[in-house]
Parts: sequence; C-alpha cells; structure tokens
Amino acid sequence: MTDTLVELHQLTVNFDDRPVVDHVDLRVQRGDIITIIGPNGAGKTTLIKAILGIQPVSDGTLTIAPRLTIGYVPQHLTLETTLPLSVRRFMLLSGRSHQECVEALTKTGVEHLINASVHRLSGGEKQRLLLARALARRPDLLVLDEPAQGVDINGQAALYELIRSLRDELNCGVIMISHDLHLVMAATDKVICLNQHICCSGYPADISHDPAFIETFGRPVAESLAVYHHHHNHSHDLHGDVVSADHDDHAECSHAHH
Amino acid sequence: MPIIDAVLGDFFWRALMGGLGVALIAGPLGCFVVWRRMAYFGDTLAHSALLGIALSFLISVPLNVGVIVTCVVLAIALVLFSRSKTLATDTLLGILAHSALAIGLVTLSFMPDIRVDLTGLLFGDLLAMSRNDLLWIYGGAVLILVLLTVLWRGLLMSTIHEELARVEGIPVERLRLVLMLMFSIVIAVAMKIVGVLLITALLIIPAATARRLAGNPEHMVVLAILFGFIAVSGGLTMSWHLDTPAGPSVVVTGFAVFLLVYGSARQVQR
Repeated sequence: MTDTLVELHQLTVNFDDRPVVDHVDLRVQRGDIITIIGPNGAGKTTLIKAILGIQPVSDGTLTIAPRLTIGYVPQHLTLETTLPLSVRRFMLLSGRSHQECVEALTKTGVEHLINASVHRLSGGEKQRLLLARALARRPDLLVLDEPAQGVDINGQAALYELIRSLRDELNCGVIMISHDLHLVMAATDKVICLNQHICCSGYPADISHDPAFIETFGRPVAESLAVYHHHHNHSHDLHGDVVSADHDDHAECSHAHH
Repeated sequence: MPIIDAVLGDFFWRALMGGLGVALIAGPLGCFVVWRRMAYFGDTLAHSALLGIALSFLISVPLNVGVIVTCVVLAIALVLFSRSKTLATDTLLGILAHSALAIGLVTLSFMPDIRVDLTGLLFGDLLAMSRNDLLWIYGGAVLILVLLTVLWRGLLMSTIHEELARVEGIPVERLRLVLMLMFSIVIAVAMKIVGVLLITALLIIPAATARRLAGNPEHMVVLAILFGFIAVSGGLTMSWHLDTPAGPSVVVTGFAVFLLVYGSARQVQR
C-alpha cells in the first residue's frame, strides 16, 4: 500500500519571473526521509515553504494528502527579547495537552528545561525544543529547515539519529534541508540535489558518483563522500527521476543501514 | 444610583474612569506593540487621527467614527505599501506619520467656522471627557478584551513565529488586520485623554515597564494594565492639582514608574 503524503508535479516558483524552483517533481511517502541539499540560493527553503503552503506556487501542482498534519521545524527561533516566554508556555501554545507536550519534550531530550526561559536556551536546545513543538502535533509529515544549524558535530549526529528514530516511531515522512553533506550521506534514505531544478536524486551511495552532483559540489567533495557507503542489498539506477519513479522500496532501505 | 451620578457628574472622576478604561486596553495592545516592534507604526496611526478628526468635521460624522475609519484605512494602506518594498518601512512610516498630521492640521485650518481645541487634541484634556466618551471607551474596551481573549493563542503564536503559525493553520494575515482595527479603536478612544501625540507612550511605557518583572506573556499583560492604571491615576491627579496638561502628566508619571522599576527591580530572565 502506498501512502503518499505530498506529491509535487512540475512545481515552479518564480521570483520576478526568475524561476527559483524549476519544474520539480517529488513524492514523499510515509516512512521516507528525504534530504534536500544544494548550493546557496538553490531554492531549498523556497521549495519546502511551497510544500508547507506558505509560499505561493507559480506553476505546476502540489497535492497534499487530506487532513495531513505537518510538523515544521524552522531554521531559527529568534524571539524578541521583550517577549517573556517559558519552554512550557511555548509548548502549550501548540494547543496540545500538557501531557503531550511533556512527552514530546522527553522524546527530544529537553524535558528538564520545561521551566526555563526560551531566551536562555542554547542553539542545540532551541532546535530540540522546536522539534518537540513539531512532535507535539503528532505530525504525518515532519519538515525541517537545516535542523542541525548551530549544533556542534557530535550533537548533529545525535540529532539526525533522533530524527531517524522519530520517523520509525511516528511512522511519518520527513523532508529536511541540510548543509552537512557528510552527515546527510550517512543518515539519509534519499537525497535530492537541488539547484533550482532537481539536478540529481537518489540514494547516498549512488549520488556521490553522479556527474551532476560532482559538477555541483566539486570532485573533492564527491570523492570524500563516496566513502560513506550504505550497504543496501539492492541497487538503483540513478536517472529517470528516482524520487517520483514507481519503484517503492523504502521499507527495505530503512532497515538496511548498519 | 446617586453615587454613579455623583461620579459621572464630576469631570475629574469622568476623566479618571475614562483613563482607567483606556489603560485597560492599552496594556495588552501595548505589549503587542513592544513584541512586534510596532512603536513607529502606532505613532503613524495616532498622528493620522488628527486627519480623521478633520475629515469627520468635513463630512459631519461622529469624531470617533471618523478617527477609527481613517486609522483602519491608513493601516491597510501601510501594510500594502510595505509589501511592495520600494521604500524601507521606517522611511514609509516617517513620511506617512508626519504627512497625515500635517494634512490634518492644514485641513482644520481651512475650517474657520469650527472651533477646535488643538492643544487638547494634541496633548489631551482633562476637562473634555463627556459621558458619551465614557460610553465609547468602555464599549471599545469590552470589544477589544473579548477579541483578545478569543484570538489570544493565534495572536501570540503569530507574534512568536509567523511562519510556524501559518503552518499550524493560524490565519496570520487576518489576525494582523484585527490587531490594526484594535489599535485604531484604542487610538480613537485614548485621544481625548492623552492626545494624539502621546498615545504611543501610553501603549509602550507600561508594557516596557512590565517586561522587567514578567515571566510569561500573560503576566506581562496584567502588569502592563496595572502600570497603565498607575500612570493614568497619578497623571490625572497631577494635572488636577498642578494644572498641567493631562497627556504629558500621564506620560511623565508612567516614565517615573518605568525608571523606578528598572532602577530597583532585578530583571526576571524569561
């Protein structure tokens, strides 16, 4: 049974007639972890904002499953210093019960901060709070914009691991943007390399050999990434738009990592 | 009831009742002005109130109605203009704030038949509070408090993180319009007490004072109302005894409380 959460068909977003997101096809299913990578100005954030419904689409179609709950983890939580806000109050503003909020904070490992002021949190704690805020809504789809920003390297690996385990637990789909190529390659099911259009997409082990990827990120980066092999028990062809293609073997992928 | 008649029959008590009513709504709205960095925006709307008064005289509608309508129209125009991003928002506000004030003053000067107490409009007048004004103030206060209570979560959420709020299905744009409408009402009813030039002070100073002591948003709102009460009652008493203009006296009292709180209280870190 396929459970498609979001489907993009030839989706285009123009800023002043200049395509920022150019004819993107993408399908996100329950259980997917899809990571969008790409150089600055590639339209990554614009693409996820279109999926979130907060960026008008210029052309193409965007189909969202009915009654889909989206949990959004924005890039930053920059709070006005004039606005006093505790972690508890921020969580309760999700409209969920106190117990649900505490459970979500526990899952992301920041339940001890419940009485703290949001102003006092470190970058990593803020990211975990935002993640908890998204989880409290019991999302079908989790959308994260550079979740590991401002988090140190150990914390980043832990954060990606957490996202993976949350996916397993909630059985939700995950779309995230990341700059941490090494970690993405190690921790993701499927990678989309965006540069206005999708220049390549596929599984981490394969994508680093893709000419389009090498062209975008340079050969040294691509070669250093090729080390991060995933031991899939199957292989994929790279072109022909793997993401929107019909074969549907994420279930295999999700437990094929060591 | 004789006691109510006695209170409403005395202009000082009428002014005090009116002032407290204004402080009651200026508290929560002032918090939003501070949280959303809308101080200059509030100033622009307040200055346009004078234009609203001039237009009300021109087409013979009640002053309050004219002021509210003018403020709402200007607020919507501001939102639309600032979206086009041809001018920086503070430049745009600077142009509109002073132009609205100037156009209002020029228009009034064209109407020699109408006697307007300009000083009273600009700086507030203790003696100007009528029973009708009280009705407007408390009617507006009830409307605003009901709206704030019903829309509180959405308003707060879209203040904290606009995009997150939108993803969660909160109608951010519509709430922004409601907030503008509430500002327009508070400006229309506060005009008589503190005058158009000082309304923003009554919004910002109590809220800023409250920030020092507050641990969560709702706490800050309650404290802002309280500090507003102190500013109004202290200021009007001062105006009564020392024959100082009402608006400046209220603002001076509020400022004194602000200095006192920031000088003595330990910052609550939340």
